[in-house]
Amino acid sequence: MLKQAIENLGNHTIQGVWRIGFASRFFLSMLLHSGTAFRRFGLTIREMYFTGVLSLIIILVSGLFVGMVLGLQGYETLQRYGSESALGTLVALSLVRELGPVLAGLLFASRAGSAITAEIGLMKATEQLSAMEMMAVDPIARVVAPRFWAGVISMPLLAALFSAMGVLGGYLVGVKLIGVDEGSFWSQMQGAVDFEQDILNGVIKSVVFGIAVTTIALFEGYDAPPTAEGVSGATTRTVVTSSLVVLALDFILTAFMFRGLN
Amino acid sequence: MQNDILVEIEDAVFGYGARPVLKGINLTAKRGQVVAIMGSSGCGKTTLLRLIGGQIKAGQGTVRVAGESLGELDRAGLYRVRRKMGMLFQFGALFTDMSVFDNVAFQLREHTDLPDDVIRDLVLMKLHAVGLRGAAHLMPAELSGGMARRVALARAIALEPSLVMYDEPFAGLDPISLGVTGNLIRRLTDTLGLTSLVVTHDVQESLKIVDYVYFVSEGVIVAEGTAAEIRASGLPYVHQFVHGESDGPVPFHYPAPPYVDDLRLGAQSA
Repeated sequence: MLKQAIENLGNHTIQGVWRIGFASRFFLSMLLHSGTAFRRFGLTIREMYFTGVLSLIIILVSGLFVGMVLGLQGYETLQRYGSESALGTLVALSLVRELGPVLAGLLFASRAGSAITAEIGLMKATEQLSAMEMMAVDPIARVVAPRFWAGVISMPLLAALFSAMGVLGGYLVGVKLIGVDEGSFWSQMQGAVDFEQDILNGVIKSVVFGIAVTTIALFEGYDAPPTAEGVSGATTRTVVTSSLVVLALDFILTAFMFRGLN
Repeated sequence: MQNDILVEIEDAVFGYGARPVLKGINLTAKRGQVVAIMGSSGCGKTTLLRLIGGQIKAGQGTVRVAGESLGELDRAGLYRVRRKMGMLFQFGALFTDMSVFDNVAFQLREHTDLPDDVIRDLVLMKLHAVGLRGAAHLMPAELSGGMARRVALARAIALEPSLVMYDEPFAGLDPISLGVTGNLIRRLTDTLGLTSLVVTHDVQESLKIVDYVYFVSEGVIVAEGTAAEIRASGLPYVHQFVHGESDGPVPFHYPAPPYVDDLRLGAQSA
């Protein structure tokens, strides 16, 4: 019984280390074979349509609602201290520093990440990747790398749109519905949001999340056992792993970016 | 004579982990021949095809295609040899996000700088050769199994390869598609002067079109010869296979304890 448990633990450890090694090699290979993704940028743009444009609806609608909730909750808290004019600052900083990149990352993982894994996994299961190999076309360069760069480029754009829609939502609720002064809403926001500390850090976060989510999605698809269960399991793992990685990376990045700020 | 040989395998050994699959295979295929590799499911036929395609490397022995030893080639060298190969996968493996036309044009666009109108003409010629010029605009999901395989065949010959490999080309086809596919393999081999390697267990259909047959069983070649020689073979395994007998050297029953013991009939009578 104990021997079996130790064997299982050893087995899982070896499998885990093997997967990390394989994922690292996969990531490096993807970077090394990225030439095609830029030389034939049309391939990357096509994938940006699937990962970015088709994720727009969920990102825009979610951003609007999150901003509206921020407007309501923020006003409720700020008016206790007579600071409701700072609502614009609260909404904007919450969105560009945290909620924009993180929520857009989570939505991106579930909408685009799962689709990427399922597509690559099915291409593998139906031997399309093997067929490409046999035609002397490298699937990493032709299929994987364009999707990777499409994800990396799309993610910050989606996060920016999420934040913009969130600010609009906060404005609609705070100014138009509740009646916070419009001038102070915008001017305080403009005064408090720093381009480098807030906007740029938010963009860096969303790029990192884009790299993480897209790499996980592509690796899970590429590594999926070529069966229906294999692809379905890989799709689930993509959503779970990339969501946890986004949240963990957010904490690490926030700790580095904002530790010196007052 | 040596130049006539396109594929040459000498004492090839391959295994997945500790499990040996190929245990010393010797095989040659000459230019202009249709060569069949037959054997029951799981005997190592597809592994042999993957070895010739360079998707896996032999543990021992050599695999030479067009004079190049695949085991000694780097990735670029392997890709150079693969441009001389075409492969027809069991279910076609068409790119599902591309139309029939784009599937056939894929290699031409990837490997050549030909202008669009030349590619268009070449693709239509390949599709015409398999009888599907009128289906150029369809998506793979709109094709029947037989049509998908014919499109895959047009795609496999797009770059005019020297060698085309077929993995179970007859599996799951209706009698008409079966005949069409068999005739296409023979006709394309003759007209394009290529070599066809057909992995199959469809004896009757393949014996109509092949020049030479290799029988694989448990990782070794157990018999070889022309179609006529195979039909007349007295070897028990080949005889069972060709005539589709349910019992013989390949037993009907999976290994099990004695039937009487399993049903505990001995215990009851005592």
